[in-house]
Amino acid sequence: MSTATIDQKPAVPEEIKSFTVTLIVRRFNPEVDEEPHWQDFDVQLYPTDRVLDALHKIKWEQDGSLTFRRSCAHGICGSDAMRINGRNRLACKTLMKDLDVTKPIYVEAIKGLPLEKDLIVDMEPFFDSFKEVQPFLVAKSTPVDGKERQQSVAQRARFDDTTKCILCAACTSSCPVFWTDGQYFGPAAIVNAHRFIFDSRDENAAVRLDILNDKEGVWRCRTTFNCTDACPRGIQVTQAIAEVKQAIMRGKA
Amino acid sequence: MTSTIEAPRSPYTRSSKKSSVNWEKWGWIYMRVSGVVLIVLIFGHLFVNLMVGEGVNALNFAFVAGKLSSPFWMVWDVLMLWLALIHGGNGMRTLVNDYATSRISRGILKIAILVSVVALIVLGTLVVFTFDPCPAGAPADLVASFCKTL
Ligand code: HEM
Ligand code: SF4
Ligand code: FES
Repeated sequence: MSTATIDQKPAVPEEIKSFTVTLIVRRFNPEVDEEPHWQDFDVQLYPTDRVLDALHKIKWEQDGSLTFRRSCAHGICGSDAMRINGRNRLACKTLMKDLDVTKPIYVEAIKGLPLEKDLIVDMEPFFDSFKEVQPFLVAKSTPVDGKERQQSVAQRARFDDTTKCILCAACTSSCPVFWTDGQYFGPAAIVNAHRFIFDSRDENAAVRLDILNDKEGVWRCRTTFNCTDACPRGIQVTQAIAEVKQAIMRGKA
Repeated sequence: MTSTIEAPRSPYTRSSKKSSVNWEKWGWIYMRVSGVVLIVLIFGHLFVNLMVGEGVNALNFAFVAGKLSSPFWMVWDVLMLWLALIHGGNGMRTLVNDYATSRISRGILKIAILVSVVALIVLGTLVVFTFDPCPAGAPADLVASFCKTL
């Protein structure tokens, strides 16, 4: 029996280098500012850091007054949608290595909703549209065995994509039609209507289709695809809107 | 006798008065249907005028007069006129709805669009169906030279 010897040194993991990134943030403090203004910050970051980490570093180490929403930090609560380099993204899902860090990174609040402070907008108009499409199961009939409303795999798959929405407003606030006057229901409300219109257990599709057949409903959509590009959940938003248009023309889901 | 009142099929919607015709829906359908027909009409028109035979060199007063005396091209041109103008007018109405900020500017712009579309359709239709390159009794120096040979 020989004694085990280490003839090779354990490989030392290569040191991951950090780098300095400039973030240019659109600031607005309603108590002192007349107009929003851009402010830059230099932050030391790793490629695996996210825009949210950069904002944290600014808030914790440089300027405690920087204001933004976040909760889960893992792309599931939908609080931190913002415009990053001109595109709507979740700050917690946007990695430094996916951005060009040789240039400054521009961060601002999402557009089309009233700006409250720094990166925070008033989400109420967005949620009002969401509420209007009745985003809940409506079923008056009694289930067959008195317990469950059963659904086949295919019936469930019909609306699977639109169940994934986290109501972050990235889609609605990327839509140029929504920007014009904010009256359009917006992609998110249509996505959440789609979720129930095509649910075999739901009985209120006709009402939701009526609501979206409105002057400010699906017909205002111009198929720009901004919403599909913005959705952090990868929902085919434009396709969902097109399916609702088709359902309205057919008169049923 | 008891009677139950059905829950309203549509709860509150933004436009309080619902007209029986849904103009937004039919406008949307019209843009697509007319678009498909216009592809054939416009590209057919360009092909016949610019590429067939002598191509663009054949274009002159006589060429147009010749086309406008054929019932086939009269129908073609009138269809193209009506479809494109209503399509363009409705498209401009969409843009006005997007960008006009006050009720008044919105109304003025939409009326201006309507007036110009109607005027162009009426004048265009009149030209296509009443066009006569050689009106009887017109002085020779005011009409095309080929009228003499007729
Ligand atoms: C080649 C044939 C054409 C096709 C296939 C076509 C197709 C379309 C479609 C599908 C739309 C609706 C876009 C949307 O709602 O998302 C549209 C909009 C529009 N079209 Fe056409 N079109 C054609 C020719 C024309 C012509 C000849 C005019 C001008 C007279 C015109 C002017 C407009 C305008 C002003 C809009 C509104 C733009 C907007 O909604 O942003 N189009 N077209
Ligand atoms: S559809 Fe996508 S982008 Fe729109 S609110 Fe839902 S998760 Fe956000
Ligand atoms: S913080 Fe929850 S989604 Fe980004």
